[in-house]
Amino acid sequence: MEQTINTANWNWLILIPLLPFGGLLINLFLTKAKLPEKLIGWIGSLAVLSSFVLSLIAFLNLRALPADQRVIEVIFCKWIEVGTFHVEWAILLDPLSSLMMLIITGVGGVIHIYSIGYMHGDKGFRRFFIYLNLFVFFMLWLVMGNSFATMFIGWEGVGLCSYLLIGFWFTDMAKASAGKKAFVVNRIGDWGFLLGMLLLFTTFGSLQFTKVLPSTIEQYPGGAPILTAIALLLFVGACGKSAQLPLYVWLPDAMAGPTPVSALIHAATMVTAGVYMVVRANIIFSLSPFAMSVVATVGALTALFAATIGMRQWDIKKVLAYSTISQLGYMFLGAGVGAYETGIAHVMTHAFFKACLFLGSGAVIHSMEHAFHHANVHSDPQDIRNMGGLRKKIPITFWTFLIATIAISGIPGFSGFFSKDEILWKTFASGHIILWILASITAGLTAFYMFRLVYLTFFGEFRGGSEAEPHVKEVSPLMTSVLIVLAFFSVFGGHLAIPESLGGHFVVGKWLEPVLEKSRSLPSLAYYKVEHEKMLELGLMAGSVMIALLGIGLATLLFWKKKQERDVLLRKPTGFASLLENKYWVDEIYEALIVRPINSISVFFWKVFDGMAIDGFINGTGQVAVWVGGGIRRIQTGLLSNYALFMSVAIAAVVGWMIFGR
Amino acid sequence: MNSGISLEHYLALGAVLFCIGIAGVLTRRNAIILFMSVELMLNSVNLTLVAFSSYLGNATGQILAFFVIAVAAAEVGVGLAIIITVFRNRHSINIDDVNIMKG
Amino acid sequence: MELQPTSIAFMILALVAIFSALMVITRANPVASVLWLVLNFFALAGFYVLLGAHFLAAVQIIVYAGAIMVLFLFVVMMLNLNRIGTLERSTLVLRTIGALVAGLLLIIVAYAVRSIQMTSNVSIGAMTSMGTAKEIGLSLFNRWMFPFEIIGVMLLAAVVGVVALAKRDSIPFTRRTTGAEQ
Repeated sequence: MEQTINTANWNWLILIPLLPFGGLLINLFLTKAKLPEKLIGWIGSLAVLSSFVLSLIAFLNLRALPADQRVIEVIFCKWIEVGTFHVEWAILLDPLSSLMMLIITGVGGVIHIYSIGYMHGDKGFRRFFIYLNLFVFFMLWLVMGNSFATMFIGWEGVGLCSYLLIGFWFTDMAKASAGKKAFVVNRIGDWGFLLGMLLLFTTFGSLQFTKVLPSTIEQYPGGAPILTAIALLLFVGACGKSAQLPLYVWLPDAMAGPTPVSALIHAATMVTAGVYMVVRANIIFSLSPFAMSVVATVGALTALFAATIGMRQWDIKKVLAYSTISQLGYMFLGAGVGAYETGIAHVMTHAFFKACLFLGSGAVIHSMEHAFHHANVHSDPQDIRNMGGLRKKIPITFWTFLIATIAISGIPGFSGFFSKDEILWKTFASGHIILWILASITAGLTAFYMFRLVYLTFFGEFRGGSEAEPHVKEVSPLMTSVLIVLAFFSVFGGHLAIPESLGGHFVVGKWLEPVLEKSRSLPSLAYYKVEHEKMLELGLMAGSVMIALLGIGLATLLFWKKKQERDVLLRKPTGFASLLENKYWVDEIYEALIVRPINSISVFFWKVFDGMAIDGFINGTGQVAVWVGGGIRRIQTGLLSNYALFMSVAIAAVVGWMIFGR
Repeated sequence: MNSGISLEHYLALGAVLFCIGIAGVLTRRNAIILFMSVELMLNSVNLTLVAFSSYLGNATGQILAFFVIAVAAAEVGVGLAIIITVFRNRHSINIDDVNIMKG
Repeated sequence: MELQPTSIAFMILALVAIFSALMVITRANPVASVLWLVLNFFALAGFYVLLGAHFLAAVQIIVYAGAIMVLFLFVVMMLNLNRIGTLERSTLVLRTIGALVAGLLLIIVAYAVRSIQMTSNVSIGAMTSMGTAKEIGLSLFNRWMFPFEIIGVMLLAAVVGVVALAKRDSIPFTRRTTGAEQ
């Protein structure tokens, strides 16, 4: 039973989203561009870090409560009251939201600090921090809101900030278009989300989590088509926001934004909003096995698909982007087979190592840019074909990057292993063998392309030209310290997810249980109750480690020892490699099938319908008035006799009518 | 009492004179002649008024006719002054020539 | 039906009035038109006497025939229109249309007049005494005082207007008309 405790003590929770908002207001109004960058940057960072401290306090306070009372709902004011439709500004603090809050503010805070160094010297420095704070504000509302409606506010808000930040350097048309693309594709997902929300409201009469979610199982204990419909529509929204097939196309383009943006929004937080939503609404999904299998299948396929593309990308950030899509697929796979807590666990570990990877790549790019600038070379600083042998030159970046790469590859002892392996195990245990095979192959591919990235970037000889080579230097201590912090968590952050089979307590799972217990009672999660052989689990674990090592070995074979000549790497790919390098031509297909027809229709409506029909109608009306006027005006001949004649005729007519007509 | 001249006779006469006046207004182009036709119309109305006054035994009709005569006098004065002015400018009192308001 | 003297007088006067009216509108020479109109006014004065409006008959002759027609004649002479001639060049079509319209109106009104149901066949005539100057004066200065005064003001306005209009100096380009020099 969920009870809401006396909320009087918890009103301070509103400070958690308000502090970043206050930070952005301070930066917006009080500091002009003349003030030092450090001040602006630290105001923004401290706003988020203080939110982190408050989130930590909230988390600890929550933990102090008995497990079945960990649901705090604080209502601040009414927002919409139309008939039976009520929405309030309110915060729901429960295990799930508290965990997400910590991730958002924690990782977000350190990324803010990193940005002080990364965005140094940029003209839009102040604007950047304003947007970043705004993003954190909206993201917090997304996870802290107590209803689908407030979640949607955050949902839309982070979409907006994503657009603003991707197109941050908007004077470059390509970058601005990337922002537009992200927003439009997101919108398609939002359509599904909105429909799902509307269906929820018409079926259950409310959008509040504490009201809707219990009533789903009360009204339809055995599931219902309406629930499947709602689940699938919500999942469409998740596909848009979390870049799953077929709505993933915006994420690689989003790498046009500054690297901290890629780290924060497109790795650690915004893209995980879809996963959060699915886990929050887990009861709806669990009541609909069909929707669950859709989620799991899409997740697995996306993971595999993106991993294959990542094997053949040459831009360091694009590789990481496809890697993100792939890992998000894993999260949905975990949620889709009913193991919602593993999805969230992977969100957590992925936040650590992916942020570390992105920030590390940012450091690499910074170093390369600096070197090229000094040597007056005009090569692409993000292309790994221009890199090589960097490990001696930028050691801190190298070591943190390597640690995060090992984590993502799923090597035991590092965080990624525990969360990813839990997903694989649960997939197998629930009977989805084919998906398990796909996911395992993907794990091997992940290890392969990540280590390919490491080898090509940090090992071998420098391919960027001899003029630039001596100028490659490590980035500022501010940035490297953040890298070290994140690398630390990439190792030890996963310890909260150590499963029981290895002696841990799967703390994350236990923590999230109150959110998921209703699902556990349903048939779709029945396998949870089955006692599995411990040996089976350990055996499968060993198997996945083997696959990972296989991938690493293959990468080592291909990319470590062999001298990678730049010309060899720049050769045009053929056949299957070409397909991968061109991302299966998906963008081009979308362009031809969807974008162009819509454009033609728009042009048609513009030129023909609006131009000719509507304008013609309006102008025609005016023209008719002119013609009629031109004709009738001829009555005014100016001749007095004519006027007299008309008057006489009229008088005769009136008199005649008066006499004869009645 | 035998049927002598009754009201209808006077009314009919007034109508005839009125229509003759209208015919003059519609057919003649000379401004002076036009004016005189208008005077004809006014007089026919006067006749009708006095006829009714006599028939009803009420002096109001005659008083009104008196006023009509006064107003007609003023109107003739001003109208002829206008005609003179127009003639001075255009050297013609054919009303077809005064058509600047065309259009 | 006996023919009374008033009836004979009425018929003669009616013929004179109608004939002179027709002559007014058909003569080419403006002076001739003016003179025929004078005759028409005399006929009307006769009608007023027949109807017992003696005072009005006198006023008609004095004001209308005596002042207004003289004014018309002055203007005609001043503009020297009898010498210039008819100055008319309107088309036959318009004239016939005008005549037709007038005829139409006449028919309509005649029909109206015919359909009047007059209960009394009382012949109206000169036996009433309300048309004398004394009676008119009493009405005019008692009941109709206000309009009477207003008429005075109106006449003043007309005088001022005429003087303002017809003054030579106010016209920018003054044409020396041959008529004025005469």
